[in-house]
Amino acid sequence: MQTGASRPKSFQEVILRLQTYWAGQGCAVLQPYDMEVGAGTFHPATTLRALGSNPWAAAYVQPSRRPTDGRYGENPNRLQHYYQYQVLIKPSPPDFQQLYLGSLAAIGIDFDYHDIRFVEDDWESPTLGAWGLGWEVWCDGMEVSQFTYFQQVGGHDCKPVSGELTYGLERLAMYVLGIDHVMEMPFNDPSSPIPLSYGDVFKQTEEEYSRWNFDVAETEMLLRHFEDAEAECERILSHEHEDPKTGRRIVMAHPAYDQCIKASHLFNLLDARGVISVTERQAYIGRVRALAKRCADAFVQTSAGGWTQAA
Amino acid sequence: MPDLLIELFSEEIPARMQAKAAADLKKRVTDGLVEAGLTYASAGAFSTPRRLALAVEGLLAESPTVREERKGPRADAPEKAVAGFLRATGLTRDQLEVRAEKKGEVFFATIEKPGRPAAEIVAEVLEATIRNFPWPKSMRWGSGTLRWVRPLHSILCILSDEGGASVVPMSVDGIEAGNTTEGHRFMAPGRFEVSGFEDYLEKLRKRHVILSPEERAEHILSDARNAAFASGLELVEDKGLLSEVAGLVEWPVTLMGEIGEDFLNLPPEVLQTSMKEHQKFFSVKDPKRGQITRFVTVANRETPDHGATILAGNQKVLSARLSDAKFFWENDLRVAKDQRMQPWIDTLKNVTFHAQLGTQAERIDRIAALAREIAPVVGAEPDSAERAARIAKADLASEMVYEFPELQGIMGRYYAEAAGYTADEAAAAQEHYAPLGPSDDVPSAPVSVAVALADKLDTLTGFWAIDEKPTGSKDPFALRRAALGVIRLVLANQLRPNLKHVLLKAFAPQPADKLADAAKSADGEAKLLASTEMGESSFAYDEKEAVVLDLLSFFHDRLKVHLRDEGIRHDVIDACLAMPQSDDLTLLVKRAEALSDFLKTDDGENLLQGFKRANNILAQAEEKDGVEYSFGADVKFAETHEEKALFAALDAAEKRIEPAMKDEDFVAAMSAMAHLRQPIDAFFEAVQINTDNQIVRRNRLNLLSRIRTICLSVADLTRIEG
Repeated sequence: MQTGASRPKSFQEVILRLQTYWAGQGCAVLQPYDMEVGAGTFHPATTLRALGSNPWAAAYVQPSRRPTDGRYGENPNRLQHYYQYQVLIKPSPPDFQQLYLGSLAAIGIDFDYHDIRFVEDDWESPTLGAWGLGWEVWCDGMEVSQFTYFQQVGGHDCKPVSGELTYGLERLAMYVLGIDHVMEMPFNDPSSPIPLSYGDVFKQTEEEYSRWNFDVAETEMLLRHFEDAEAECERILSHEHEDPKTGRRIVMAHPAYDQCIKASHLFNLLDARGVISVTERQAYIGRVRALAKRCADAFVQTSAGGWTQAA
Repeated sequence: MPDLLIELFSEEIPARMQAKAAADLKKRVTDGLVEAGLTYASAGAFSTPRRLALAVEGLLAESPTVREERKGPRADAPEKAVAGFLRATGLTRDQLEVRAEKKGEVFFATIEKPGRPAAEIVAEVLEATIRNFPWPKSMRWGSGTLRWVRPLHSILCILSDEGGASVVPMSVDGIEAGNTTEGHRFMAPGRFEVSGFEDYLEKLRKRHVILSPEERAEHILSDARNAAFASGLELVEDKGLLSEVAGLVEWPVTLMGEIGEDFLNLPPEVLQTSMKEHQKFFSVKDPKRGQITRFVTVANRETPDHGATILAGNQKVLSARLSDAKFFWENDLRVAKDQRMQPWIDTLKNVTFHAQLGTQAERIDRIAALAREIAPVVGAEPDSAERAARIAKADLASEMVYEFPELQGIMGRYYAEAAGYTADEAAAAQEHYAPLGPSDDVPSAPVSVAVALADKLDTLTGFWAIDEKPTGSKDPFALRRAALGVIRLVLANQLRPNLKHVLLKAFAPQPADKLADAAKSADGEAKLLASTEMGESSFAYDEKEAVVLDLLSFFHDRLKVHLRDEGIRHDVIDACLAMPQSDDLTLLVKRAEALSDFLKTDDGENLLQGFKRANNILAQAEEKDGVEYSFGADVKFAETHEEKALFAALDAAEKRIEPAMKDEDFVAAMSAMAHLRQPIDAFFEAVQINTDNQIVRRNRLNLLSRIRTICLSVADLTRIEG
């Protein structure tokens, strides 16, 4: 196990080291998905690619939005927009835990001085109809990653099983850099000609979005958009597999899944506006899950999802 | 005799599953061995986060040879029959024995099942154990099909005796058993060989793994106590947390840290919840200040800086959590003090309780009105009960409860106090949820009781109105628990609400659009009762009545379950339910308890028999004669001494029973009834009811009817079995 890597100097260096590390382990380093999502798991590179029998290895940063977590940029740890680092390898390699620990070493965590623990935390995404078993990983009592062996996605058994890692980048970087307030964290190298802190980059947007998320977003419109996305998702999937124009078999799993992502984010916004009750929540979550399930059904009908022309 | 050592080495096993898994490993393997004929002297199972281990001592080296004798055909049987026997036994003709029996000479076969070496049996048993292990939750990994709690990495399985150790050859899903394992993940990485249990224990310890969970727990407890004691403090002990923490580490190192001075004024519930639930910290109390001032965390390793980095990290995490909590607490207090929680109450207008049952605010309106209604029955001031009900759920919109849902009610009480409500009204915010579990205390403060009842009755009538009743094992809205809560509140406080009336009141503001469905699904008896109680044509019945009566019968069902747990038979409860005012649960239980005790006495049991005899004779006579014998027994027609004595006894009993019943003193009423036992027995002994003299016969039947009337005035004894 490699230990004793030097300490990174900035948020972006933590990200760069993770990128380099996972690239070195053979992962395709992807770019963030270009839609508003609540977590890196929603990226089709995780949700959809965990399905089917094709091998897969990808790593990427995913900006994630959790409208209810907005604190106007004042809370030391909470943000309505933050970054997750996501790794998905299928089938999960036998030394996945060691590979993961290697990534912590790469960002400067010295195991001689820190206490790393794998604490039971089974992951479940009711909106994605997905679950897996694993842990939250603790470093000195702080959760630094979520470590999951996917068992089911969109109601489908994962065969083979994917190993998934999610790092909360801000929290992890703050710990490694020894910073107490996220807005004070150096975003780039503090000795750069123009040093920028996380606050320089995001304080403004945290304030603006917090206000919009909590008090201004038009709920009637959000509700309407939710219903539009839901309808469009179903409409897309109701099309024949064979495209009449090209004569090819084109199952539109990804465009449909985009609508599912939209519905999920709209639900999060409605939730932040406080207009969804505990009992109603279940109904909304059920509606998004139904979409996710249909998208998963569609994806396994694509060649990327392992579909082959049956004899 | 060899010893067996098994270790199943995996990725981290959830702490809560380890103890049972170790026990299951021991049971399944040793049961399997014994079943195959391998007995042993002793066995012990152990667990750490990464391993389950089993040591079996004094195992047989091989299973004993078993001889079985089988009787075959007669010696002169046709060739075919003999050949069949040979095939079945796997022997040749010269191996058979011929014995003289009564019916002639008969073939006998002795089949010998040779013993099998221990290794062979162990391999089979262990493979079956691994493949069928009863994990509460298990998973697959990679491309494999094997299920384990987390990926299984290696199997150590060795048999050892004076001659040395040997690996039991076996494999499961490509994992070959061997004689190696690993020590502490970070303090002693790498595999090492093991030759037996003693060697295993010693090498593990050298590699920073304490195998026994009890030893780890003891170690943590004594270190934590000592650390607290050395600083003049006390550890707040918590057995559940201790065993959980012992399951999170292989090499426990306790570290004590400070809770920042800034946070010491947070409510203790907030401190403890934050520390225990999220960080698995023990609380450490300063007895002089009566406050929690420090924490103990348990690390999984020693470090060159003696845990300084680890402790600093933990402290930082705790500070972050507590500063969140403090931020919520201070914001919430401001809302409570300056605005009397009004913004929260307003927020609840936008929170749907249930799509068909309206918002939380609408629900609170209903609860407040109902609490007012119930207040006089529980001895609360109606204004106070209503006020309490209006703020009891306000904390649901507070920041602290959003963050720590388990603190609902507890925070409500703090905030209501801060908002200037009386202590009673504030307490209701916390207590109106109770009782939840069977071990929960039942509130007794009148205001709390009023709100607690109103809350539960609103829930029950609401879900009944929209026809969402529990079915089978499905009870998503915890309605059984709500009904049991009402029952316990009524009984513990000896309340006498007119339950049917209260249910109708609670029912009134509930949505009515599903009433027809709800009435349709009400049980038949409720419908019938509703139609007869309305006194109208038996075809039309009041739907609301039917639903309320159905809910009442749900209460009765829950009450039966509750009383059965307290040792009262169901037929005793039925006998009391059949009496008037069966919606008065306090009266019902008083009656049932008295009757249950009475029937356990000799007098009670015999009186019951006497009653049944009287009732049977009467019923037969009434059916035969087509009349009801209910009036006019006259002592002047009494012929025998026993008959007269019974008249006298009934007169005396009636005189005592009537006032006792008026006072609802069932014990006194039943003890008066007990005095009837001897005269009734004597009467049946000496007197023939059906005599030729019709006047005497009628008189005797009317006398029996007096027995029936007196007995039935206490409970419907016809429903008692036996």
